[in-house]
Amino acid sequence: MTFSYLLLILAVFCIAAFLIGKGRARTMASTSTLSSLPSHYGSMLALWTCLPPLLLMLIWGLVDDPVIDSLVTANLPAAVVEHGSTAVQLAISKVHNLANGADLQDDPTLAPAVLHLVELQARNQLISSGVIIALALAGFALTLGRLVPQRNARNEVEGIIKGLLFASSGIAVLTTIGILSSVLFEAWQFFGKVNVFDFLFGTVWSPQVALRADQSGSSGSFGAIPLFTGTLLISVIAMAIAVPIGLMAAIYLSEYATPRIRNYAKPALEILAGIPTVVYGFFAALTVAPILRDAGAGIGLDVSSESAMAAGLVMGVMIIPFVSSLSDDVINSVPQSLRDGSYGLGATRSETIRQVVLPAALPGIVGAVMLAVSRAIGETMIVAMAAGLAANLTANPLESVTTVTVQIVTLLVGDQEFDSPKTLAAFALGLVLFLVTLCLNFVALKVVQKYREQYD
Amino acid sequence: MTDQSLSTRVKVERSMARRRRAETRFRLYGMASILFGLLCLVVLFGNILSKGLSAFEQTVLTTDIYLDKDFLGLSRQSPESELLNGDYEGLIKEYLKESMQPSGRSERRDLYSMVSVGAHWQLQQLVVNNPNLLGDTVTVELIMDDEIDQWLKHDHEKGRHGRLSEKQTEWAQQWLDEGRLKTRFNVSFFTNGDSREPELAGVHGAIMGTFLTLLVTFALSFPIGVAAAIYLEEFAPKNRITEIVEININNLAAVPSITFGLLGLAIFINIFGVARSTPLIGGLVLTLMTLPTIIISGRAAIKAVPPSIREAALGLGASRMQVVFHHVLPLALPGMLTGTIIGMAQALGETAPLLMIGMIAFVVDVPGFINDPATVLPVQIFLWSDSPEQAFTERTSGAIIVLLAFLVVMNTAAVMLRRRLERRW
Repeated sequence: MTFSYLLLILAVFCIAAFLIGKGRARTMASTSTLSSLPSHYGSMLALWTCLPPLLLMLIWGLVDDPVIDSLVTANLPAAVVEHGSTAVQLAISKVHNLANGADLQDDPTLAPAVLHLVELQARNQLISSGVIIALALAGFALTLGRLVPQRNARNEVEGIIKGLLFASSGIAVLTTIGILSSVLFEAWQFFGKVNVFDFLFGTVWSPQVALRADQSGSSGSFGAIPLFTGTLLISVIAMAIAVPIGLMAAIYLSEYATPRIRNYAKPALEILAGIPTVVYGFFAALTVAPILRDAGAGIGLDVSSESAMAAGLVMGVMIIPFVSSLSDDVINSVPQSLRDGSYGLGATRSETIRQVVLPAALPGIVGAVMLAVSRAIGETMIVAMAAGLAANLTANPLESVTTVTVQIVTLLVGDQEFDSPKTLAAFALGLVLFLVTLCLNFVALKVVQKYREQYD
Repeated sequence: MTDQSLSTRVKVERSMARRRRAETRFRLYGMASILFGLLCLVVLFGNILSKGLSAFEQTVLTTDIYLDKDFLGLSRQSPESELLNGDYEGLIKEYLKESMQPSGRSERRDLYSMVSVGAHWQLQQLVVNNPNLLGDTVTVELIMDDEIDQWLKHDHEKGRHGRLSEKQTEWAQQWLDEGRLKTRFNVSFFTNGDSREPELAGVHGAIMGTFLTLLVTFALSFPIGVAAAIYLEEFAPKNRITEIVEININNLAAVPSITFGLLGLAIFINIFGVARSTPLIGGLVLTLMTLPTIIISGRAAIKAVPPSIREAALGLGASRMQVVFHHVLPLALPGMLTGTIIGMAQALGETAPLLMIGMIAFVVDVPGFINDPATVLPVQIFLWSDSPEQAFTERTSGAIIVLLAFLVVMNTAAVMLRRRLERRW
């Protein structure tokens, strides 16, 4: 709650600083020439008043919880600390709940820690509010003291704003670094427990880990080959649907369709791409899978109720507009002169398309297909709902398989223990997924870009 | 010479029929592909609608029930705490027993199970809102159990029992003949949170969660996205760093959404200690996911503003910052808003990253603020689709219809905005 009050106070300071700065600049203007507009002086004062405390508040908010927790750990009973980090985390969260007045069984051994926490929290609030307000006032006073006509407020304000704009565009880079470092760090820990080669080339996936040390028979096996083949199988099925249909649709739309048909058919197809994947998943699991099973039973085939086929087919439908709109762009940018040349030699339209337009557009189409493949590999909800969890090493599309994304979700939904290989395995899979899709995207984007330049 | 050209000509003419057939075939393949895509769309929508429309109706039993003061042990002057604790469930059971006369314990149990466990809350609400009703006979539309609901919607007309026992079907038929058992618009689907009982489960909690999550996403991603687009388009020097940022953004747009969930879990939750299951963390993750979309469309919108406008402003002595904020940005804003709405629509349909940051928890209460535990519509759909009851399948389809309706509204808004405000130069 103090957080929102502080924000409110800072907002009031900001407005006040702006008005004061503007007023001061106006009075200065009567005696000397200003180098900027009065509002620039106001903005400068407001920025220097509010920006540093806001930054401080952000950093403070990020670090105070871990710091407080580590301080409270010192007050935990020795018995808890000896039990290892999981026990400490549990105790800490219990202390937090007790301090918040939760209706828990009172644990007398935790009482000192609870008191300590409450005291620390109160002190933290007081100190942080004090420091932040003091910083705001200091910034205000320092800037106001040196508010002279010669100071170029416009350049200063614009410099700060430009810095903020730059920081915003840097967030994208930070995101990539964040993804990479989070999966790398946890995957590194995972590979400390499980051999990299066992992970990449093992053929048995059963991530159950023994709960007790003396338990036997379930030490967990992290061979990811069944997941890779499962992902591959479903992606191949999806591509077998999406590439021919998407490509033919793109060819028809760009080469044959009248503008009228194009105006209706193209957005209609793109609706398919806008439907949430969870809807496709529901459709695959409750409509397509039973139909396939019944059809299979009709011709004497044993189709699993969660088959790779159902997931792959529906995923293929989802990717059709993806392939078609990307290839449509590519085909449209093939110069008309190539077509005219071919017509001049007596080729029919379809011959022109097959022998001139498509070869010319091939690099771009390959790029589009690669992007589509990366999408198929990364797709989660359809496979999570329709493909199942059984890690079968099979190439039979009628059996149930599992994929990398499904396993990431199953391993991370529910209880997470960041010291067990079971949870960490998800991050290792995430690392593989991220690297593979990153490579695919990077190459595909390069190919498409190069191709565009070729005909520009 | 002449002979040979003639023979070529003959060859070509002979091949023409085959080539024309190939041409027609090729064209048909194209048409078939488009039709297949459209057919999928129709089948998908038709399937969802046919399964889900009945979720907007609910089976109720019109009942005249006597609010027995002595049975409930309440009076009109009782304080609210006592009114809340009355044995309304017993009252309903008593009523059912007397009116239907079941014989034996198992029949009684069958009879009681026909009314939803939520029915006594209806009575409780009625009494708490107006204690003067105690001692009167009131007419209530009691919510029925999901099995009766499904029987009436699907099995009744085909003369099947569905999941009801013979006796239950008999009773239900009797109520039906009396004109008391009927379906009405399912208000509670829109006013309730999640529940283990299909007939009481609603999407209100999920809608509020979605709204709060998207609010956080919008509040963060719009300003940051616009700022980044402005920097990259107007200020960034053409150098290596800018190039890296650009490649990065394009790549991020194509990274699987699930990896953003890993980032949220490892960094926001584990390192920064943001509470899981809240719209706040959901919004943070979705912000990172939608930023590339917003930046890319924002840059396109800025690029579409003709340079003459910038040059005119610069010529009159404006600084580059003034040019951008006074002239370029207002002109590019409609395009940017369109891109943002499309990004929001993407975020609205996203499920996978939210599963990992705990938004999959079973949340009954409707979230009121961005730090309350919440779930969102797509995740609610995922949760319900896992439930075995047929009634939940119907609810799932109902929730999908609600979700699709929101998407249609957002995309239509984007298209309208583009038509209305976008200027062609």
